[in-house]
Amino acid sequence: MPATPEKVVAPIVLAMADDELILGHRNSEWTGHAPILEEDIAFANIALDELGHARLWYDLHSTLTDTSPDTLVFFRPAGDYRNVRLVELPRGDWAFTMLRQYLFDAFELVRGEQLLESTYRPLAEIAARILPEERYHYRHTETWVRRLGLGTAESHSRTQLALDVLWPYAAQLFGPWPAGDKPSLAGIVPGLAHLRERWEALVLPFLADAGLKIPTLELATAEGRDVHTTHLAPLLQEMQEVARLDPEATW
Amino acid sequence: MAALTEITVWQALESVKDPEIPVVSVVEMGIVRDVTVDGDRVSVKMTPTFSGCPALDVMREQIAACVRDLGAAEVTVETVLSPPWTTDWLSDETRARLKAFGLSPPARHCGNVAITFYEPAPCPYCDSADTVLKNSFGPTLCRAIYYCRACQQPFEQFKAL
Repeated sequence: MPATPEKVVAPIVLAMADDELILGHRNSEWTGHAPILEEDIAFANIALDELGHARLWYDLHSTLTDTSPDTLVFFRPAGDYRNVRLVELPRGDWAFTMLRQYLFDAFELVRGEQLLESTYRPLAEIAARILPEERYHYRHTETWVRRLGLGTAESHSRTQLALDVLWPYAAQLFGPWPAGDKPSLAGIVPGLAHLRERWEALVLPFLADAGLKIPTLELATAEGRDVHTTHLAPLLQEMQEVARLDPEATW
Repeated sequence: MAALTEITVWQALESVKDPEIPVVSVVEMGIVRDVTVDGDRVSVKMTPTFSGCPALDVMREQIAACVRDLGAAEVTVETVLSPPWTTDWLSDETRARLKAFGLSPPARHCGNVAITFYEPAPCPYCDSADTVLKNSFGPTLCRAIYYCRACQQPFEQFKAL
């Protein structure tokens, strides 16, 4: 008997939620520390948007599995998180932060466009909610990456360095879904090869225009979303600290 | 107390304002999508605006409190995502109220918000179109920051979504 969409979709939804949560949390570290006031405001907005997207995915996940978003966010150890390693890396400098956000925004944009066609309606509905917000993100980070890539010699070299570091991590976005690449996923989530093709069609010409050289190094994506860098645990420790002090508290 | 009907609930919800834009009600905003009354049980469907908007939980609680005050014994406020909320739903009257509040109303886009990115936001104070975007993100998720070259006044725009 084929698995119901709920069964195959739940782990994918959790992975999408974790990506947005961890990236949103990392981004929030810039609040009060961004290079200029306008950017402090803008990037705090983007961080909050990603948390909002995470919440939509966690809410859907909770209807599929009966696990509350708060339990998932505040009481899971690093090993149970299913985010890609790209989003957990320390925030680095401004070029690193902007480039990571750009690569992820481009991914979220093409994934969202594909998810609109999902035969599993809740996925299409969330994608339709998220997409217009992502268009604001994409415009913003695209502007920054272009500016940094074509700016001064220093901004260029920092951005190129960020790209060299981030590029192999970005490849994990197209690693297998946590549910595996089952035929039962056809029509429910976009095919990863197709997704990657769309993402590259958007990202490669843009990065070249921004004066950046695409690294040739390709990461083997053998390690799945259950494997994390040493950076995730400290992030979670900080994020979960208050909730863990009093697990029964309500707010 | 007046009988609990769908009409009385809709009318009462006109008093619940968006906490970030206190001149516009949750009904005018298009946040309240449906009301059903079954005896003294009321079910309200609401839809999120910007998905990370911190005002959503406040509005959900205020909607429930407002309906309870009408005498409903049981109130459920359910979130629905489809159709996705859009600023295109804001009426001309609501847009005029936003402008009077000092927010340049969002441009209409019929489904692709990106087409509004290159439209000038008219200044809510002097109506000039000679304005410049200073930041496409503002003090709340739904606002962008502009500057009017004609009256030399910074102002905020309610972002199109």
